[in-house]
Amino acid sequence: MPRIVFEQVEKSFGRTQVLPPLDLTLEDGEFTVLVGPSGCGKSTTLRLLAGLETLSGGEIYFDDRAIGRLEPKERDIAMVFQDYALYPHMNIARNMSFALRLERRPRAEIDSEVKRVAEMLNIAHLLDRKPAQLSGGQRQRVAMGRALVRDAGTFLFDEPLSNLDAKLRARMRTELAEMRDTIDKNMIYVTHDQVEAMTLGDRIVVMNAGTIQQQGTAEALFSNPVNRFVAGFIGSPTMNFLDGELSGDRVTGAGFDLPLPAALAQRAAAAASRQVEVGIRPSSIMLDQGAPVELRVVVSEYLGAQSVLVTRCGATEVLAEIASADRIPSGETRQFGVITDDIMLFDRKSGERI
Amino acid sequence: MLANANRLTPYLFLAPAAAVMAIALLYPIGYMIYASFLDWNPSQRIGEADWVGLRNYANLLSDAAFRESFWVTIKFAVLVVSIEMVLGVGLALLLDRELRGMTLLRTVFILPMMIAPIVVGLVWRYMYHPTVGTFNKVLNDLGLPSAPWLSDGNWAFASIVIADIWQWTPFIFILSLAALQSLPRSAMEAARIDGATGWQLIWHIKLPLMLPVLIVTALLRLIDAFKVLEVILVMTNGGPGLSTEILALRISRTASEFRELGYAAAMSNLLLILLLFLTLAMFAYTKLTEARAARLAAAKEVEVG
Repeated sequence: MPRIVFEQVEKSFGRTQVLPPLDLTLEDGEFTVLVGPSGCGKSTTLRLLAGLETLSGGEIYFDDRAIGRLEPKERDIAMVFQDYALYPHMNIARNMSFALRLERRPRAEIDSEVKRVAEMLNIAHLLDRKPAQLSGGQRQRVAMGRALVRDAGTFLFDEPLSNLDAKLRARMRTELAEMRDTIDKNMIYVTHDQVEAMTLGDRIVVMNAGTIQQQGTAEALFSNPVNRFVAGFIGSPTMNFLDGELSGDRVTGAGFDLPLPAALAQRAAAAASRQVEVGIRPSSIMLDQGAPVELRVVVSEYLGAQSVLVTRCGATEVLAEIASADRIPSGETRQFGVITDDIMLFDRKSGERI
Repeated sequence: MLANANRLTPYLFLAPAAAVMAIALLYPIGYMIYASFLDWNPSQRIGEADWVGLRNYANLLSDAAFRESFWVTIKFAVLVVSIEMVLGVGLALLLDRELRGMTLLRTVFILPMMIAPIVVGLVWRYMYHPTVGTFNKVLNDLGLPSAPWLSDGNWAFASIVIADIWQWTPFIFILSLAALQSLPRSAMEAARIDGATGWQLIWHIKLPLMLPVLIVTALLRLIDAFKVLEVILVMTNGGPGLSTEILALRISRTASEFRELGYAAAMSNLLLILLLFLTLAMFAYTKLTEARAARLAAAKEVEVG
């Protein structure tokens, strides 16, 4: 299981550059999640690693071995595709054993290996079927099984759960998390779903427009995002952003006037511009009689224990996550308090965190 | 009453088309079947011809020239379709990639199919010409002796095979290419990651997935190859001897040269029966795959439910 290093890796299709030069190091045995909106280059990065796309520049190293120009089969990788990519004309057993059969492994070894993995994934009873006879979830498992049978050093997942319905997706996510702990392999996982990223990744790499915005653990990204993009991408419901202006140790804007904690006020004083964006997580807003911020509730979304209130602050939409016990009917105006320690400030032009 | 009328309405709308079909298709076939039981000379009207029952068919079985021409037809059809399949599919596998000018190339490839068969025959006849033809000129320029392209039995058969391959390989190429390009991309990528080489990819993934299209294509071509007439008529007129006299040509000569319309009709019927079997084989194959797909779908239904 190698340490994987991307060095100045770039990719263009014709004249369109989809991936500007990119550096990234993935430690041995890590579960890394590449996450970002569609078109951010995460899938391209994965396909470059798999060898399904050719590098336009730079090099990829497995430990000290340059693999950027090798055929996929020479890279010791296995991959799970978004649409499962099963071979429609082969039954499940033959699907799973395809790689081993190409290697001309002994028949008995192939059979026992397929059986072992099939039992691990609860698909042993499906081995004689064709892919068309399986449900989406079952196909997903087979795709996973086909990758596991390979016993490759590195596993690549390209949005493997996005074709499943919500319930199944949650279950497969849990199983993947379990698998991550039992299988000691490099796993690289691409998704656009930040919940999958947060629950699965040892290391999360947030990408946007071909560049890496930030990488780190889920906690680091959530509590300490480096810029507005990461702050807005990680966390659900998404962070609220309000235009504001710094004045002393306060920040003011249309409909609010909030005190800043001392450390933040100090950093803010050194900021280049007085024009900022104020980032407040919905969970940092609570009902507070007599508090300074007055918001009109537009929609109240009941989610069980929690409710999300969609409110208006001036022209901006503000989300607040509150306990459902305090639920407020739509159309009413209430006072809200903000946990000021949780306030984040971003430069309005560059989006950098202050 | 009204319900009844409603049920009949669709047939009413179908009637004109059905009438055209009956006149244009069924009538000639019926006419031909009837004629095959007659001893009929073109100078007679059909009513004046003598009824001979199955004698035409009985004569066919003992007619050495007919048997020869039947054998030539089978040999020709099987040979050209096999070679065309290999070449067409091979070309498609080679050219299934993003190439600059591929659209132009594709148009150029289909051209032979679009040329009128008579013209194809003429062009090839001139190219095969013993003294001024392109092929012999090239051979002579290279210091080789002329080849008897159309004047020796074996050479002539090879020559018509070559011309047919030139004309019809593109058909298979185009259909194979379409089949290839509709294959699931990700399955091929998965196979590459699983370690398949180019050949293994073709053998284990591409060809099996293309098979349904290839089978239908081969049957279509086979049906067509049994009926080919004009190109060979123009190039060799069946000669030398009977070496290139395929059935369609034999039928045409029996009717026009030998003036035995009943006998020609009997031959046509035999050819028709042969083609009917091929067509039925094609339908049977389609039915079979459909039935299998339906069974799969049903099995899945049970699984989910």
